[in-house]
Amino acid sequence: MNFFEFAWSILPKLLPGALTSLKLTVLAISIGLILGIPLSLGRVYGSKVIYIITTIYIEAFRGTPMLTQLFILYFGLPSIGIMFPPFTAAVIGLGLNSAAYQAEYFRGAIQAVKDGQMVAARSIGMTKIKAIRYIILPQMFRLVIPSWSNELILLLKASSIAYMIQVSELVSVGRQIASRNFRTFEVFLVIAFIYFVIVEVLNRILHSVERKIKIPGL
Amino acid sequence: MAQTILKVENLHKSYGKTEVIKGVSFEVKKSETKVIIGPSGTGKSTLLRCINQLDYPDKGRVWLEDVEITKPHIDINQIRASIGFVFQSFNLFTHLTALDNVRIGPMRVREMKEEEATKIALEELRRVGLEDKIHHYPAQLSGGQQQRVSIARALAMNPKLILFDEPTSALDPELIGEVLEVMINLAKEEVTMIVVTHEMGFASSVADDIIFMDDGMILEEGPPGKIFKNPKHKRTAKFFSKITQLEGEKAK
Amino acid sequence: MGSLISIELALAFLGLGFVVGIPLAVGEVYGNKLVKNLVVLPIVEFFRSIPALVLLFLFYFGASSLNLSLSPFIAALLAMGFRSAAYQSQIFRGAIKSIDVGQMQAARSIGMSKFKAIRYIILPQALRISIPGWSNEYACVLKDTSLVYALGITELMRQGRYIVARTFGNAILVYVICALIYFIIVHFGVKLLDFLEEKYKIPGYEIKKVTTRV
Repeated sequence: MNFFEFAWSILPKLLPGALTSLKLTVLAISIGLILGIPLSLGRVYGSKVIYIITTIYIEAFRGTPMLTQLFILYFGLPSIGIMFPPFTAAVIGLGLNSAAYQAEYFRGAIQAVKDGQMVAARSIGMTKIKAIRYIILPQMFRLVIPSWSNELILLLKASSIAYMIQVSELVSVGRQIASRNFRTFEVFLVIAFIYFVIVEVLNRILHSVERKIKIPGL
Repeated sequence: MAQTILKVENLHKSYGKTEVIKGVSFEVKKSETKVIIGPSGTGKSTLLRCINQLDYPDKGRVWLEDVEITKPHIDINQIRASIGFVFQSFNLFTHLTALDNVRIGPMRVREMKEEEATKIALEELRRVGLEDKIHHYPAQLSGGQQQRVSIARALAMNPKLILFDEPTSALDPELIGEVLEVMINLAKEEVTMIVVTHEMGFASSVADDIIFMDDGMILEEGPPGKIFKNPKHKRTAKFFSKITQLEGEKAK
Repeated sequence: MGSLISIELALAFLGLGFVVGIPLAVGEVYGNKLVKNLVVLPIVEFFRSIPALVLLFLFYFGASSLNLSLSPFIAALLAMGFRSAAYQSQIFRGAIKSIDVGQMQAARSIGMSKFKAIRYIILPQALRISIPGWSNEYACVLKDTSLVYALGITELMRQGRYIVARTFGNAILVYVICALIYFIIVHFGVKLLDFLEEKYKIPGYEIKKVTTRV
């Protein structure tokens, strides 16, 4: 079989792996979102104690490799009695990691909202919480879109690391296929191509979304 | 008969559909100080940039002494090394001290040894009155000082002529004087110069010859006395009257 | 120790990335449309859209399919080195573009060729401006060295694995220590780069911080 026939034949077999990767990505980024917003708010508006705690969390997850974090969750925790199945460990690991990065993006976006906005909100009598909810956050969401889109794509690529803790995502499935027909290089060419296509498509979609919800002048 | 340093013949330049220079021709003789004046946006700066080909003329020819520099396969870097250019926004190399700014040309373009290049640089910086600022970086100098360094930088290449593109337009009023003073001294020292400027005082007192440009064409050419007193065109007269209006109000 | 190997790897990847990244960046900013679109952009897009792990496998298995026997180390060097080059080229590209256009004009006006102008005027400034972004790249590359575990190279993570296996040790402790080591190396590296940034700062000239996550 030449390369193209081969590639065509393994695509359907790779599909489950790709879907797992996508599932991982979506779950992880959601966790990252849910955790990341409070983290960033804590860092910007919180007390000194909260600031320290959130900073430690963020620095820990951003300053160490994803692989190490996954190993700790999957290989490390069992030694103190907590065992996660591979997929769960991956979701938790990727999610917590993403939360740290997203927190920084949100923080940057919050700080990019001009100071006057908060002052103006307080001056008409809003509490800090109301000001954050109605004035700061809506602007922040629009400002953060470019970085957030980037994070989505980065997570998709990072999902490949889950292979190392035995999750059956795209790379793992690829290696299984390769172990049966020994055309490993070509399998990975196809995998590379799949990632490339998904990333490009996502990029296009995210850019057009960005353009559509832009606030004029912001 | 003084030697002709620069000859411009029938220069045309367009940006997109708009023609900015519509057939300009003139000559500059050795040691001459030629000043180009006119309303803003009429192609004066573009004209200067077409001479050392920072912009490319669409049509027309330019000679530097007896070399046609608009010929297609000419080494433009060699030519530019012989033509000095002083920018409105100075454009000093931000990562280099004043001394380095002035001697990088001789060192890297003319491939001189560091000692020799430094000697030349120090001399030119002395000439513009900045010998005590040679180790300062551009960000640490005032606008007027930066512009004087940039003049020294042009001089260090020992050019055949120097082009000045509105050298004082970006300066605070109190800093204009120090730059004009340097330029007046250069004119006295018989440096060949073409100056595009709005400084009428400079034009009337220092220029050997004035060109009035409007709408991409030369409307008048002649010594200051003739131009200011007897302009041939109504447009020229109108321009001057507006200027003297401003001057008059300033005087009040 | 494994950590030394990790540092060596990181430096090697960054080094290759630097050497290749600068020509890529210069080509992207100053090259003609052909060079830019047919050479630079495809290379950059390829290495940025594909996960590092996939790249590692691609180079490692690709070599054997071409009947070249590449050691895991060389395969990793090529894969991660070129990947870093793609990312570094974007850092340098941003820095070059942020330099005022008057600098190039002034350089040309005293007779410098494009090449000389890039070498003596543009790059010295661009490199200084790139330091913050480059510091980010350092952190990423160092963390990514952990992935060469997959090719069997004995760097920090694999060493950790061996320790756990041989001593039936407390896995979580070992891996947390690994994490700590990475953290320290990253931290020191960034501090070092910050120090360099201060040292080579142009007096009076504020360098705008460009922080992009790679």
